[in-house]
Amino acid sequence: MGSPGIVDAAAYVPAMRLDRGAVFAANSWANPALRGLARGSRSMGNWDEDSITMGVEAARRCLAGRSRDEFTRLYFASTTPPFADRQCATVIAEALSLSDQLATVDLGNSRNAGMQALCEALRGEGSALVVAADTRRAKPGSVQELQYGHGSAALVLGNEGVVAEVVAEYRLARDFVDQFRGSGEDFDYRWEERWVRDRGLRSIVPGLVKGVLKKAGVAPGQLARLVLPAAPPRMTGAMAKALGLPPEAVQDGRLGDVGDTGAPHPLLLTVDALAESMPGDLVLVIGFAQGGIALLLKATENLPQWQRRNAQRLALSPPRPEKAYTKYLSFSGLLPMDFGMRAEAEAKTQLSAFDRHRAELTGFAGGRCPVCKTAQFPRSARCVNPDCNAEGEQELVLLADEPGTVTSFTQDWLAYTPHPPLQYGLASTDSGARVLMEFTECPLEHMRVGLPLRFVFRIHAIDSRRGYRRYFWKGAPAPSEVSAS
Amino acid sequence: MTGIRDKVTIVGMGCSRFGERWDCDAEDLMLEAFREASEDAGVQAEDLDAAWFGCYFDDASVGKSALPLANALRLRNIPVTRVENMCATGTEALRGAVYAVAAGACDVALALGVEKLKDTGYGGLPVGTPGTFTEQWRPNTSSPGSFAQLASAYSAEHRVKGEDLKRAMAHVSWKSHLNGAINPKAHLRRAVEIDTILGAPMVAEPLGLFDCCGVSDGAACAIVTRPEIARELGKTEIVTVKALQLAVSNGSEAGHQGWNGSYIHCGRLAGQRALEEAGVGSAPDEIDLMEVHDCFSITELVTMEDLGFAEEGQGWRAVLDGAFDRDGATPCQIDGGLKCFGHPIGASGLRMAYEVYLQLLGRAGDRQLPSPRLGLTHNLGGEPARCVVSVAVLGRND
Repeated sequence: MGSPGIVDAAAYVPAMRLDRGAVFAANSWANPALRGLARGSRSMGNWDEDSITMGVEAARRCLAGRSRDEFTRLYFASTTPPFADRQCATVIAEALSLSDQLATVDLGNSRNAGMQALCEALRGEGSALVVAADTRRAKPGSVQELQYGHGSAALVLGNEGVVAEVVAEYRLARDFVDQFRGSGEDFDYRWEERWVRDRGLRSIVPGLVKGVLKKAGVAPGQLARLVLPAAPPRMTGAMAKALGLPPEAVQDGRLGDVGDTGAPHPLLLTVDALAESMPGDLVLVIGFAQGGIALLLKATENLPQWQRRNAQRLALSPPRPEKAYTKYLSFSGLLPMDFGMRAEAEAKTQLSAFDRHRAELTGFAGGRCPVCKTAQFPRSARCVNPDCNAEGEQELVLLADEPGTVTSFTQDWLAYTPHPPLQYGLASTDSGARVLMEFTECPLEHMRVGLPLRFVFRIHAIDSRRGYRRYFWKGAPAPSEVSAS
Repeated sequence: MTGIRDKVTIVGMGCSRFGERWDCDAEDLMLEAFREASEDAGVQAEDLDAAWFGCYFDDASVGKSALPLANALRLRNIPVTRVENMCATGTEALRGAVYAVAAGACDVALALGVEKLKDTGYGGLPVGTPGTFTEQWRPNTSSPGSFAQLASAYSAEHRVKGEDLKRAMAHVSWKSHLNGAINPKAHLRRAVEIDTILGAPMVAEPLGLFDCCGVSDGAACAIVTRPEIARELGKTEIVTVKALQLAVSNGSEAGHQGWNGSYIHCGRLAGQRALEEAGVGSAPDEIDLMEVHDCFSITELVTMEDLGFAEEGQGWRAVLDGAFDRDGATPCQIDGGLKCFGHPIGASGLRMAYEVYLQLLGRAGDRQLPSPRLGLTHNLGGEPARCVVSVAVLGRND
């Protein structure tokens, strides 16, 4: 058994990339100084995405070909969990159809929660899954609105097939309040930028770097890559120079096309760093908030194999430019668009019925007829096949990872959805199941009968009256279709 | 087995003016329809032995239970049953009354359907109340969206180009508007140009505004009895029920890949059973007119195939050839259909029967077809993948 480390890692960035120029154009009347930030784009989750669904998506990318029973622990880190009292890690575990013999842990309250989850996970026995996701909100017209992005990352930790070993970990706890969000508040409050830079980053980060290198017995010049998520690019350059590193050793912070995703950001950038590293490279990852965490990783011989897998995953959600600023505001709950009377419909979820059908609803499992073997959704007491209709206990069959196709569809401008038109229709899965379902992430002109689908875990409905949301699976264009378009 | 054929006579029918009836309540609509039927039949409310009341939306529209009908007509505490089977509700009310009379359980029965949609505040049908499990995974569909899927699957299955199908769908609506324009009881009484239909705003791809039926208030009713009682009432021109069939999905279309989404499985079954019950060998040759469930243009087009009036995959051509126009082989929606009457759900099935009844008796005024003997009505409730379909055949039997 080797030393513990990262066995797999994947990032997920929602396809929609909000054009910062469009944001600036709408808000320049209030703050012309935003012009300096009005370059590139930032990621924005679809209306049916939140920290749980984005976490599930990143985790699924790590799970292909893995046993669902191999994990002993699942950690979820977020400063934007959709529930204050309902553990997200457990929802994610059930969406991934993991064994219920699992320790589930939620971490939050800090932009460093993702790094904390990673450090905690490294200490336990057996394989662990670390998931981090954030959908940070920002006031319209604010700097954060332009700087933030939505995204997630997931890491599989274990001892076998390690891609990057953990060489050393070093932590500093310091209540440096560069920004905060009060309980129940919608937005972050930030102190003056120059003070954060001079008394925060420039004071805390060098200490972290020094501490971890000393612990590992590594000289600064031996570092191949530096991941320093929270800092502006100019600062990371200066920091690299101070360490004697070439500027290209500094990992790009993805501020140009994603934005700062918050808790998942150090992990998301670690995925990038590993994608660009060579076996034997030392990668230093810094997480900054309430002090900081420094983690020194060393890429192994397994890295190239992982890099090939990772490249394929990137095709799952290629960026889609978005210029509709009001769409972003509406999705973020910052603009009460008029969606008519149909939007008033009751979205209460009967929790007792939900509990009976959790495997179907959260895990997207169907039933398989014991007699004719037809897969079907939902699982039922009598087989749906008109040539069978046999009564009998149907075993669960996991549909979530099956390929599917569109059998019929519409694009409905009448039915309520926060993202009109509502696209839905009959989907057929490879194993023979048939499900009427919603489609998501499909440009209108690409929808057609026969379109290959992959299924994604999304918000099904939001019950704003009670603060609840329910989840189900939707059909999204398969990667081949996305790249073909 | 001849089933219900010729066992029951319709002795009177009534139909309110359909439309945006801001002027009245559901009770007024019921009375308006009943007054006409009562006069027609020579039967008063106190002569009724039992009644069947069809209404789909409950609290949002007329109210639960049989009480609204019993109250509106001040029925003499006779048995009244409320029935609801989605868009087939009106025909279900008729089926209840007809079966009761055929069984000899009562002599004279009333079937009445009503809906007051315009007081719900919605354009289109109002949103229903959520259920338990199903709503946790089904998409938040609308009626147009549910039926629009038919078009996508039909195009794919029969390799019909989108624009060809769209033009055929437009013809369906164009023809109904032409018919409805001369019907004083219709809601939408205006002929509409094909280009207007084709250029209308999209509701649910590929259904534009004119591919969708109207939304209205209305009521319709029938008084039924046995043929011998009809004769005692002095009736010499007798319209009997030749067939009344219902087919209900069991989930296989929505949940099994055996169905391709391009037709209505239960529509075919209900049609076959009804034609057999009526003793009709060839629908296109023997049926003189039909009122089908044209909730959306694509529904009517596909129904022409499901009921055997066009070959599978050829319905769009038959429509474009005018086979179902007023002067076509089998006129369809001669009264304007749901397209022009709108669809007060509980009333629609009985409104269709009303038009066939008038036509069979030669009372259809400007719309009158030359001496029809056999007419068909068809209701499709729910959505293509999960539906209830009723088909009735009415005919002259004197």
